[in-house]
Amino acid sequence: MKRLKNFLLLLAAAPVLAFASAGGVHLDKAPVNLADQDSLQRGARMFVNYCLNCHSASAMRYSRLQDIGLTEEQIKDNLLFAADKPGELMKVAMTRREAKAWFGAAPPDLSVVARSRGADWLYTYLRTFYRDDSRATGWNNLVFDKVGMPHVLWTLQGEMVPVHKKHGEHDVIERLELAKPGSVTLAEYDAQVGDLVNYLVWMGEPGQLQRKQLGLIVLAFLAIFFVVAYYLKKEFWKDIH
Amino acid sequence: MSALQKMMGWIDDRFPLTSTYKAHLSEYYAPKNFNFWYFFGSLALLVLVLQIVTGIFLTMNYKPDADLAFMSVEYIMRDVDWGWLIRYMHSTGASMFFVVVYLHMFRGLMYGSYRKPRELIWIFGVMIYLALMAEAFMGYLLPWGQMSYWGAQVIVNLFAAVPFIGEDLSIWIRGDYVIGDATLNRFFAFHVIALPLVLLGLVVVHLVALHEVGSNNPDGVEIKKHKDPVTHIPLDGIPFHPYYTVKDIVGVIVFLMVFSAIMFFAPEMGGYFLEAANFVPADPLQTPQHIAPLWYFTPFYAILRAVPPLFGSQFPGVVAMGMSIVLMFFLPWLDRSKVKSIRYRGPIYKVALALFIISFVGLGYLGLLPSTPVATIFAQVFSVIYFLFFLLMPWYTSIDKTKPEPERVTG
Repeated sequence: MKRLKNFLLLLAAAPVLAFASAGGVHLDKAPVNLADQDSLQRGARMFVNYCLNCHSASAMRYSRLQDIGLTEEQIKDNLLFAADKPGELMKVAMTRREAKAWFGAAPPDLSVVARSRGADWLYTYLRTFYRDDSRATGWNNLVFDKVGMPHVLWTLQGEMVPVHKKHGEHDVIERLELAKPGSVTLAEYDAQVGDLVNYLVWMGEPGQLQRKQLGLIVLAFLAIFFVVAYYLKKEFWKDIH
Repeated sequence: MSALQKMMGWIDDRFPLTSTYKAHLSEYYAPKNFNFWYFFGSLALLVLVLQIVTGIFLTMNYKPDADLAFMSVEYIMRDVDWGWLIRYMHSTGASMFFVVVYLHMFRGLMYGSYRKPRELIWIFGVMIYLALMAEAFMGYLLPWGQMSYWGAQVIVNLFAAVPFIGEDLSIWIRGDYVIGDATLNRFFAFHVIALPLVLLGLVVVHLVALHEVGSNNPDGVEIKKHKDPVTHIPLDGIPFHPYYTVKDIVGVIVFLMVFSAIMFFAPEMGGYFLEAANFVPADPLQTPQHIAPLWYFTPFYAILRAVPPLFGSQFPGVVAMGMSIVLMFFLPWLDRSKVKSIRYRGPIYKVALALFIISFVGLGYLGLLPSTPVATIFAQVFSVIYFLFFLLMPWYTSIDKTKPEPERVTG
């Protein structure tokens, strides 16, 4: 009995273990809404303009953007900088070898980045670049320390600088402060990054809306099938006692 | 005689069609008191078929090549018609296979389904479980993501811990000094043909052995002891078809609803069925911060980590992990109880089984977490309970106060 009691005590402590494994910087909740086609289209434009110069999305075809309400003409006229036909994959001209020489690490392919990093991480990451003269690019990041990527969106956000506070022996960054404004306000910037992250989430699995729609139909079918099967079973079993 | 009867007669003169149908379906008498826990055998068969059929379609579009594998999976997800559905069915099916098999095994533990005369059914079952683990492990390398790669690296390195021949053994398994293209190709071969053949063969002998001795039931009493004097049909038995076929259809539909809810609305299952780190292509130069196997392996992974290294060698942990599965084979002879079913067992076995289940689930949980000193102590306690469940079984099942079994099955 005593063994059992000790054991139950151990079990009660188990959730604490789960907590101990979490940690890191607080992530802001990304405003993901895949039903908002305008936001996805704005995000797609940002992605093509700002990300697709260095990062590829080589599992993604331009033509798939028709799923978020763009016409083939719109795609051709506005988004095809690095490709000739809408059926092509979103590749970049830069080779991995060159990229490695320039940035220290090759910019990762972004096809499924929302599925590996998570929307909240991306949303926080793209909003927490700050000036750091010790870095070769002049930029550092709160959620990705010593990141190789410079702050590509700085003309929009402006320049953020860290505000330090004493935490025991160490100086830690308490928050970021806008030192030099960009072309949009911080609230507008948050909204733009929100659109971009929304797009990245969609691009991680372009079929996800259809998946959920089909899921509802399948579950409805199974529910009806269940009723039929249940009464069939009852009918067959009524003579078994 | 109708044309159909004529045709059946023609076939039966040449092939045992009618007699096989009778022996395994229409005149296979199963106990009438099967409960909820008896759905999982037929469900396991359903998932096996699902995995084979979806696997065939995946094989048509997947490329077992270190440079192409990762993107070929994304190609299936985006450009192949219904590819996303087939792929998610396969990835959800892999995890659900283990859910179903674990519940099926738990049923066996509860009702003593491994006891005489069903020892071989149990042994074939444990072999199926082993083959299934190998099948899942090799299949998990194929998407060639970071977790595929490093999970395989960690597991194959376990073989390197074997004294003297370990290094050579692990190179022989990989076909390279690290997990590479050669490894991917051979794992593909094992995953799509070698192990499925083994699995199918084992499933056949599992079922043949079952139909030879007849099914156990929640009361753990033999229905063949009381037969109708004229027809020789067990009094508590009912033909599998149509009674259990119509009943299993209900189970199948409920199962498919759970399956569909996961597959259509949460195919990643919060990172348990598809891990986030596996959406990054395999990179031999970058070790992920935290490597954990998929959830169905974590109890054994936790046992492995719970055993401290000896002279800097992981070998004792590897042996413990191996033993934790090997012990299952001996279960029919470790259990000395007078009764089979938990319904008539004494309190000791009930507590032992509860502790065993808590330990197994606890180990599974700990195996997902990074190793910390506190977690290691928990894992050691759980591992000791896991082994004592088997090793002390001859003792505690023989002193346990059992209740008398009924002559016939109860409701």
